[in-house]
Amino acid sequence: MTQETNTAPAPKRGVPVWAQILVWIGLLGLLGLLAAGLFKAKNPILAVRSSVPNFTLPLFSGYEYNSTSEVKLTDLKGKVVVVNFWASWCQPCRTEAADLESAWLSYADKGQVVFLGVDYVDTEPEARSYMSDFNISYPNGPDMGTRISQIFNRNLGVPETYVVDQLGVLRFIQIGPFQSVAEIQSTIDPLLSGR
Amino acid sequence: MLAQFGLGVFVLTFLLALFSVGAAVAGYFSKSDRWVETARLGMLLSFPLLSVGVAILTYLLVTGHYELQYVYSVTSNDMPVYLKITALWGGQAGSLVLWSWLMAAFASAVTLRKWERDREMLPWVIAVTSVTLAFFLALSIFYENPFARWWQTTGGDIIARMFAPAGAFPITPSDGQGLNPLLRHPGMIIHPPMLYLGFVAFVIPFAFAIGALVTGRSDDRWIRLTRRWTLVAWVFLSLGLVLGMRWAYDVLGWGGYWAWDPVEIAALMPWLTGTAFLHSVMIQEKRGMFKQWNMLLIILTYALVIFGTFLTRSGVLSSVHAFSESAIGPMFFVFIGITFVTSVALLIYRWKDLRAEVEMHSLFSREALFLLNNLLFMGVLIVCFWGVIFPLISELVTGQKVTVGPPFYVRANGPLFGALLALMGIAPLSAWGRSTYKTLGHALWKPLIPTVIVPIVLAILGVRNWVALVGFTLVAFVIFVTLYEFWRAFRKSNLAVTKRAQWIVLTLFILATIGSATWVILDPANWVTPFVCMILTYFMIAIWILARRNPRRYGGYLIHLSMVVMAIGILGMQVYQTTTQETLAVGQNMELAGYTLRYDSLAQFTYTDGRYVTRAVMSVFRGGQYLGDLYPRFDNYPDGQPVTIAGVRSTLSDDLYVVLVNWENVSEAQAPFKVYHNPLVNWLWIGSLMFIFGFLVAAWPVREKENREGTNEN
Amino acid sequence: MKTKIVVFLTGTILVITAALLLTRNVSAQQPTPSDDQVNAIASQLFCPVCENTPLDVCPTTACHQWRELIRQMLAEGKSPEAIKQYFVDYYGARVLSEPPASGINWLVYVVPPVAFIAGAALLFLAFRTWKRMEKEPASEGTAISSAKGDSTAQTTGAGIPLDDQYIARIEEELKKRK
Repeated sequence: MTQETNTAPAPKRGVPVWAQILVWIGLLGLLGLLAAGLFKAKNPILAVRSSVPNFTLPLFSGYEYNSTSEVKLTDLKGKVVVVNFWASWCQPCRTEAADLESAWLSYADKGQVVFLGVDYVDTEPEARSYMSDFNISYPNGPDMGTRISQIFNRNLGVPETYVVDQLGVLRFIQIGPFQSVAEIQSTIDPLLSGR
Repeated sequence: MLAQFGLGVFVLTFLLALFSVGAAVAGYFSKSDRWVETARLGMLLSFPLLSVGVAILTYLLVTGHYELQYVYSVTSNDMPVYLKITALWGGQAGSLVLWSWLMAAFASAVTLRKWERDREMLPWVIAVTSVTLAFFLALSIFYENPFARWWQTTGGDIIARMFAPAGAFPITPSDGQGLNPLLRHPGMIIHPPMLYLGFVAFVIPFAFAIGALVTGRSDDRWIRLTRRWTLVAWVFLSLGLVLGMRWAYDVLGWGGYWAWDPVEIAALMPWLTGTAFLHSVMIQEKRGMFKQWNMLLIILTYALVIFGTFLTRSGVLSSVHAFSESAIGPMFFVFIGITFVTSVALLIYRWKDLRAEVEMHSLFSREALFLLNNLLFMGVLIVCFWGVIFPLISELVTGQKVTVGPPFYVRANGPLFGALLALMGIAPLSAWGRSTYKTLGHALWKPLIPTVIVPIVLAILGVRNWVALVGFTLVAFVIFVTLYEFWRAFRKSNLAVTKRAQWIVLTLFILATIGSATWVILDPANWVTPFVCMILTYFMIAIWILARRNPRRYGGYLIHLSMVVMAIGILGMQVYQTTTQETLAVGQNMELAGYTLRYDSLAQFTYTDGRYVTRAVMSVFRGGQYLGDLYPRFDNYPDGQPVTIAGVRSTLSDDLYVVLVNWENVSEAQAPFKVYHNPLVNWLWIGSLMFIFGFLVAAWPVREKENREGTNEN
Repeated sequence: MKTKIVVFLTGTILVITAALLLTRNVSAQQPTPSDDQVNAIASQLFCPVCENTPLDVCPTTACHQWRELIRQMLAEGKSPEAIKQYFVDYYGARVLSEPPASGINWLVYVVPPVAFIAGAALLFLAFRTWKRMEKEPASEGTAISSAKGDSTAQTTGAGIPLDDQYIARIEEELKKRK
């Protein structure tokens, strides 16, 4: 039953054009937002071979780098940087802590590799006792405001390790603990010998 | 073998749904009744067919076929049979199957009604319901297959696939993981089906609305046809929400029932538009107004139903009980996009045909108040939607994660819900059409008199909190208005209620009041129970006579009443909940809200089904008087997950809720306890029972009323 | 002379004693904050690693450490605001139960009231339009009652001009039968 036989001259306006435009913009905006959200949910991790944005890591006192109390990633250009996320409340982190320290010591004197430990949402006293448990000697600092972890992985868990090459490009991602010193070295050595 | 057969049934139903869509649309455009009839039969068949598939899956669950990934993830050998059956919806894949199954049930039910008068809408109702069914079946078949099984590849990895990957051989675990312990609770068993029933039932009015839009009808026939569906959908959705609240209260162990969690809000949003829709269609039936708005509301409700399901499954938002991310996010996104865009386009196309001829005359008329009702519900919807979506926006724009938590929602929604409470009192007394503030005032003054006494009495009793004062006054207002309305209708009643019967009823009312007053005077400390009995007696009397006269109206009043009873619980919790935490040695006391709790002993043992139970015994005293024992405990299930069960002492006036804090060190010598005092919380559950009663009154078919409803004052 | 020395010495001793007493009071530790005091602050914060879990009910080891941190900070005399600020600095704005009102976050608080007011304004304007249309009865009179069309049989409508008065009469009749 359609209304074609309507004899009424009563004014029946459709939706005004400006309103239609508003509605479609709103709808498409919402859909775009959801699409972006979905995309982010699917791709939370920084892609390998992408350039790592600069960040500043404030260091725990006693863990200075070159006598500075904070490290900027841009200062480390020309060296391979191993960024390891850990926390004192993280059990799997403890399984790789000793290996990381050993791996660091194997590169320490040559000065071409820098290990950075980023303490993820932790408390300082517990962090310090963790570091002294494993005699960690490379620079460590808290991830203030979780800003650094958000760069690498929106949904960061610990432990995770990101290896950045001499040009500041992300080359290797390790989710979860390393199993051995050799495994750690196998991610760094190819970069040292020029890809 | 059985699993493959099950999948085959699913695929068959999927193809059948697609066929129904095609046949229905073809039948409409070629004006061929035969094609439409074929489509209708197809839709009718979908439920029995899919039921076979669901029965197979249930059988596989109950008999422990752990070679299937889904069976492995939600069942285990130590689970009782009934729990294995309910494990059907215990995980992602299974809950999608439940959605499809319920959708098929409703689709089939719709085909069974008499279609002679509405043959032109039938193809579109079939098309919309079948498209929705096909979508959810597609999710199950292509993304979250409940029949996928475990294989071990040549590389040694264990993966789940439907069909054998090259070189892999099948493996069969001897036991399953078992259902998440948090889900082994009666509330959790009924909550998903109830919620999904509500979601799915709203698809039917939506389908009819689309049918009306496509066929260009501007009358309200589609509303009349779907009136009961809408009410049923709304009731199930409401009950689903309440059950979720009860489950959270019983099992999650933080002494509350609603945390403004994104997933909770995702289920609340369709309820908001659904409630607005439920009210607004009454205006369309009565006055022919708000047609465009009602279309928009039902489109929004459908979109929010799908969107809500999407939010909880796609990983777009984080939430306490979100399912893990999976590939279905993009599928949902595409489906929402297409359906929402199509619906809105249709509505814009038909916009001018939906104009009403009868316009609103007065801001004080019932139409205007219903419009205000809708504005308030939309206000709450915007607050909720914005709060849920904002963290996403913030992260996309600034890269910074933020939390939009309870303070935001409570502060923004509180006044809106308060206004809705007030409206529940004012609107029943308003009149259709022309109305002035004088006429409205004239109708209102009688119930207002006892209402203004309430805050005075409360203040005398010591209530100082303004939220409580305003809230309870509004609650009282609605109660008085409803009682007044029942009384007025009773007075006007011309249904064979003789003068003698009137006198009997009046006497019963008076006796109930006097009896309760006497009870209170004799035992002032326990004033609540007699008060409750008095009110309930009023109802039983009133309803008995009146409901038959106009079931929709008085059922509606009862539902309003149940809402304000629930509001009593909500206000009590929001304003007066207190909590304390302390670590006690054996024999030590802790105190809260006049109660004293003494830690008596701790027991640790393994239960028959393998869980390790740590249970404390506490004695409860008040004013030196021993009230009983409580047994807060936590269970550690074999898979490691702990479940906290609070020890609760429930009365009409409050709950004393004790939790054994399992994340601190617990030993016989030192046990940490967290105690909550939850005033008036049980009114929440009482209200929900009244709600069911109100629904039954409203929806129960009464003999000759069908053709009187259009003319009755509603 | 001797009196002066005695007075001077006594005064010095008194001053030193007073200084010691006062400084000891100032640096004295408060008694260990109770669980309730800790929870009062923890309930306003969210767990930095869990999802949507308030800090006072979060069961993880990490949350336990954070609650102990709050306890320690309370013992040092820090105010609730200072403690919350510390958490924001260390763990990001997501630990607060509401976005801090800065930058884009203002939108959270502004959009809902604005939308509500806009909706109310729209309704009011629509109402005014209706009232204006009501004062022009001529253009409405001949409208076919498509709104009421189906309370009677479906077959009426094609070609039968129903006018306003006829409809009003039908309504009267129906009301009488109520």
